[in-house]
Amino acid sequence: MRSIVLQHMIDNKDHYIEQWRVSFDELLFSRSESTIKPQYIQDEMKEEFVSVIFDTLTMDGHSRRAVVKRFAERLIHDGWVVSEFIMSLQKLRRIVMKDLSNHYDREKFVDLSGELEDWLDEQITDLTTEFAKNHEEVKAIQTVALKELSAPLIPVFDKIVVMPLIGTIDTKRASQIMENLLDGIIEHRAQVVLIDITGVPLVDTMVAHHIIRASEAVRLVGAECLLVGIRPEIAQTIVNLGIDLGNFTTKSTLKKGVEAALQMTHRDIITNEEPVTGGGLN
Amino acid sequence: MSNHSCIEIANEWGIVSARQAGRELSKEIGFGSVDQARITTAISELARNIYLYTEIGKIDLEEISDNHKNGKVRGIKVVASDKGPGIENLRDVMVDGFTTSGGLGAGLPGVKRLMDEFDIESIPGEGTTITTIKWLR
Ligand SMILES: Nc1ncnc2c1ncn2[C@@H]1O[C@H](COP(=O)(O)OP(=O)(O)OP(=O)(O)O)[C@@H](O)[C@H]1O
Ligand SMILES: [Mg+2]
Repeated sequence: MRSIVLQHMIDNKDHYIEQWRVSFDELLFSRSESTIKPQYIQDEMKEEFVSVIFDTLTMDGHSRRAVVKRFAERLIHDGWVVSEFIMSLQKLRRIVMKDLSNHYDREKFVDLSGELEDWLDEQITDLTTEFAKNHEEVKAIQTVALKELSAPLIPVFDKIVVMPLIGTIDTKRASQIMENLLDGIIEHRAQVVLIDITGVPLVDTMVAHHIIRASEAVRLVGAECLLVGIRPEIAQTIVNLGIDLGNFTTKSTLKKGVEAALQMTHRDIITNEEPVTGGGLN
Repeated sequence: MSNHSCIEIANEWGIVSARQAGRELSKEIGFGSVDQARITTAISELARNIYLYTEIGKIDLEEISDNHKNGKVRGIKVVASDKGPGIENLRDVMVDGFTTSGGLGAGLPGVKRLMDEFDIESIPGEGTTITTIKWLR
């Protein structure tokens, strides 16, 4: 059996929607990020929210949650602020409450306002839960993306891959480097890996240790590691720290590193004597 | 006394903050890029030791000056202090390759070489204070 309040709202749907719409403009979209959106998109969103709330009045819990879920997905995707929608629901409550108090005697009103609160709580819970769930999913995707960005591996030639490192290396990133390095070598059947540290601001013992360990692991899977892009001041501090990179092939630039890597894989870059003519001969 | 900052080291972010502050100050004092790298690396080592071997500690950075025969010289003073377990044998930890954490054991002897002056005080059970200075030449 449907509650009296819900039936009341269904019966007076048009009346409430109209009143609610007015309050929407007062409250929703008048603040924060939402205001940046063009008017027609705001109107569209407003109508969608109205139908999410009112069309679902006649639905069972299952179908209603499906609608709410879709709406929450859209909120996340288009970058809406969920709190604004929840605040607008509070406005709706006030409108309905006022009506109920005019229509029913005091005792009945207390009952009905309880029903209304329950219904509203459910709406808010579902909306925020779905919103949060979606948010978590987006965050998980971004974490993966960041992970890939933090230690990218780029195949540049057959059997040769480059890992350019940019920015500070912390413990988490160091283990990421190792993981991506070994995975990448297997995936690309690489024989030489160039680790480019041009973009690393500082090489201390921890970073050096991780690079040394990574290169040992690389050797274990049958490839070689070249360290390139060591800036002069970094070279000096490495020497001061007393770190021995004697087992390392190091090159000052990525270009020299690639040349060395080609040599190590028995290849050479040849400049054609005759200028290549014509390009595509169609 | 004009230029002084203190960075708390409680996590890995603290290490990065201390390094950034050290780079800023050494640049301001007028150190060249190689010395900037040396000073920043030394700070990184000291801060990481605090992070690894103690609960919490701090890095104090200060611009200093001293009268030298050729006039005033400026420098940077880096003080790393913690109330951690302390170091039993100071001679051991200053040997290249000594480590209790599976590291390279190059940190402390490295800092001594990176900087001009190095002093370590440690009381087991009470904590460690390491004071280092680099002069601008
Ligand atoms: N603040 C400290 N409190 C207590 N023990 C310390 C502290 N700093 C260093 N130690 C001890 O001294 C040892 C040597 O430190 P050092 O920084 O030279 O090498 P490491 O940290 O082990 O390795 P690396 O710095 O090369 O990565 C450490 O292993 C640790 O046992
Ligand atoms: Mg150390």
